[in-house]
Amino acid sequence: MIKVVLIDDEPLARSIVTEYLQDFPEITIAQECNDGFEGIKAIGQHKPDLIFLDIQMPKINGFEMLELIEQPPSVIFTTAFDEYAIKAFESRAIDYLLKPFSKERFEKAVQKWLEHRNRADHKTNTQTLLTEEIRQPEERNRIVVREGSNIRIVPVHEIQYIEAYDDYVKIFTQKEMFLKKKTMSFYESSLDASQFVRVHRSYIINLQQLTKIEPLEKETYLALLKSGVKVPLSKSGYSKLKGVLGL
Amino acid sequence: MLINLKIPMTFSAPALSTRKIIIVCLAWMVVIVLVEAYALVTTFNFSWLMSLADAVNMNLLIAMAGYITFTSLRYYQPNYKNALYLLAWSITLAILATIAHRYMMRWNLFPQEGEYEYFLYASRFIRGILIWFMISLIGVISWVWFFFQEQRAGEKRELDTMKLAREAELASLRQQLQPHFLFNSLNSISALAGSRPEEARKMIQQLSDFLRGTIKKDDQQLVTLQDELKHLQLYLDIEKVRFGHRLNTEIEKPEEALYLMMPSLLLQPLVENAIKFGLYDTIGEITIRIMAFKQDNQLVIRIENPFDPQTAQPRQGTGFGLNSVQRRLYLLYARNDLMTTQQIDTVFATEVKIPQPV
Repeated sequence: MIKVVLIDDEPLARSIVTEYLQDFPEITIAQECNDGFEGIKAIGQHKPDLIFLDIQMPKINGFEMLELIEQPPSVIFTTAFDEYAIKAFESRAIDYLLKPFSKERFEKAVQKWLEHRNRADHKTNTQTLLTEEIRQPEERNRIVVREGSNIRIVPVHEIQYIEAYDDYVKIFTQKEMFLKKKTMSFYESSLDASQFVRVHRSYIINLQQLTKIEPLEKETYLALLKSGVKVPLSKSGYSKLKGVLGL
Repeated sequence: MLINLKIPMTFSAPALSTRKIIIVCLAWMVVIVLVEAYALVTTFNFSWLMSLADAVNMNLLIAMAGYITFTSLRYYQPNYKNALYLLAWSITLAILATIAHRYMMRWNLFPQEGEYEYFLYASRFIRGILIWFMISLIGVISWVWFFFQEQRAGEKRELDTMKLAREAELASLRQQLQPHFLFNSLNSISALAGSRPEEARKMIQQLSDFLRGTIKKDDQQLVTLQDELKHLQLYLDIEKVRFGHRLNTEIEKPEEALYLMMPSLLLQPLVENAIKFGLYDTIGEITIRIMAFKQDNQLVIRIENPFDPQTAQPRQGTGFGLNSVQRRLYLLYARNDLMTTQQIDTVFATEVKIPQPV
């Protein structure tokens, strides 16, 4: 038996998937979810083999939801999205259905998934997709993190700096620190480059938080942040920082 | 979208035609020639023939020098810095004209007239100054002429550019119908078609009416609040099919406000923004409130949606919908204070004021 979860904030959009799935007796719908939060819970609970996921949803979008799941299941995106996001899917061989989609198109997507689902590379596709730069406008302004069973939405202007930590990054705000399984280069490219500067292999700082640049030794410098934290600057990081600040 | 832009050719026609200008100049010359000749006849008792010849010759020389000045100014507008050049230029021309005049009159036309010869010699300075004065006058007049022509052409260009930009901008602001909305609505219709075909048909009708309304309306056109609300209702009905489980709307429209005028299609982007904001920023049911009322001869429309102050903060930027409305109000009324937004606890309010025609 194959279990699927439908995540879409429009009931009618889910109903069409339900209708089309009736022709696949081996597939059962474990749950229908109205938003990403319900989706996370349902995925944890049912451990589905496949999810149908909308992108634009309340509070957190489809990508952000996936980011918060340790081992995301296979995904078929159902979206009214325009092309730019779609391109990224194509290269990852993850299927997507552009709303409104026909029954034939839907069946093709499910068939393809059924045939390939046991291949190892298919499992990794969802993971790799998330390291790609599929950015929604709002994602430039916020980062979604998981804190125990809670989901927190951190506005980027509250971020002080980001530090590399093995496969993770540590995101520091004034009071807290969040761990997120992402790379430094991901944040370097996705955050607003006029606000966030990678000053070191292991550090990205928020310019709003910068108060001072201090010399440490000959040709090495420290960035002093508002909170009093000192962040080392690499040689290239120092010149990049000077460039952004217009020095 | 294709906007058919007709770019008008803006060669501003001069206020006076060239022929008229030539006639005026010639008439002016004839008058001056006659006055000068008369002055010579009465003051020095020269013959009319001699006096006329003197006046004609001198004024032809002035006209020549003036024409040179005029044409050189056409391509070369002196600024304050090189006004000195112009001065030197006019003095040189004046000296040349004076000398030419004297020699032409003395050696070619009236070689044996002792008294006239003496007069030519004695009057050379005053004549030179007179010629210089005339040349300068022509120079100044041409300069002013070209200056105003240039300015007028510039103004017209600017006006045309502004008009074009405005039209293009209004057209594109009107074209803001979100493809997202359209495709999701079509998806809903597709879903309904399977299970509830009657409802699908109804929704196709609503969507068609709504689209027709957005396409045919003219931006400059004013409509009554009642008409605008009718169009909005089509939009709300469609959104309710999609989000009926979460979306409630309340519309307050007192009788006295119904017939006030407003730019068409202004309300829908504001409500769309409120719905998007409300639906995507919160979980659970939301209510969008739309209130219209009359205040100080203005139509005031207030739209409220719930939001989450915690997570909405990064989105403080008003979003495309609001910006475009603000811009449209500015283009139509040249005022930037007609749209305001407000956040009270968990309510986000947008208010627009529409001045009423007096």
